[in-house]
Amino acid sequence: MAQARAVVRRAVLVGVREAFGLPALTLTASYLAFGSLIRASGLGLLPGLATTFGMWALPGQVALVELYGLGASLGVIAATVALTNARFLPMTVVLMPHLRAPGRPRWLYYAAAQLIAVTSWVLAMQRTPALAEEERLPYFLGLSLVLWGGCFVGTAAGYVLAGGLPHALSLGLVFLNPLYFMLIFALDLRERSRLLALMAGAVVGPLLHLLSPDWGLLATGFVAGSFAFGVDRVMARRQASRATAGRHG
Amino acid sequence: MAERSIWLVILAGAAATYLWRGLGVALAGRIDPGDAVFRWTGCVAYALLAGLIARMIVLPLGELQETALWVRLAAAALALAAFYATRKNILIAAATGVGAVALFAWLGGV
Repeated sequence: MAQARAVVRRAVLVGVREAFGLPALTLTASYLAFGSLIRASGLGLLPGLATTFGMWALPGQVALVELYGLGASLGVIAATVALTNARFLPMTVVLMPHLRAPGRPRWLYYAAAQLIAVTSWVLAMQRTPALAEEERLPYFLGLSLVLWGGCFVGTAAGYVLAGGLPHALSLGLVFLNPLYFMLIFALDLRERSRLLALMAGAVVGPLLHLLSPDWGLLATGFVAGSFAFGVDRVMARRQASRATAGRHG
Repeated sequence: MAERSIWLVILAGAAATYLWRGLGVALAGRIDPGDAVFRWTGCVAYALLAGLIARMIVLPLGELQETALWVRLAAAALALAAFYATRKNILIAAATGVGAVALFAWLGGV
């Protein structure tokens, strides 16, 4: 028992260590921009922090604040946020097998799901296969709790600093968010189906957004994801048949 | 809109977000990771995220709209070049991209 607890503690610390440094720094910096948006929208700091607590999904938070500012109805805001954040469904489905270990209560996974965001997801997808089963969830919790914490700091600091940063720098910081996401995906492109899906999604995403800002993102997932899946299968089948042909010939 | 309704809006936003995460946990228990459905879901997840990131760079919402498309594309390309030139050093790559956007904005070339 004591040994199991030591394993958990060590895994949590590995996650914490990996989050501190660049991942937490970039997320904090990205949330600086959100904090100043909160201020500019005339919302208080507390509602801003509450969105970071309750949602923790930057594009959805920005959409919520902007729509609220425009006076949109509750239904429109909820529907837009739901569409913007629908990515969490496939992300969670794919990550969960990476976190599971026998003998844990189910509610733990439901609680951990709140901590799934782009950065914690990509890093956990890349790191957990190298960890022992019982270390994976603790690692993920350590990692994402630090990242989450950084976002509260960023929201508050952005609120306080709003308007104090040179405009050029604050533009650069807003750009950091998509840029950092792009770079952490580029860290690991070894798996062919992933690479295909990323490339197809990057091409199709902006085009479908032009067609429909509401449904474009979901359609991108279906169209580009299915395309990548199909191409990957065809390539795998060709490789397999070439391998058998090689053996027979 | 009344000040108090922001809390209702946040509650709705949180529910609309957690809905997908919770549903994901429930569905994950029913799909075998070795399944084709599972691999397809993975492709959908990666495509969605790449689409989102590309959209944020090419067609940004908010402040970034002030910058020109070519500035954002050049900054992203410079960051990728720095990334591969430094054996995948994210700090240097991110600083390069952010610095490029900030510099162009500062020079008024946005």
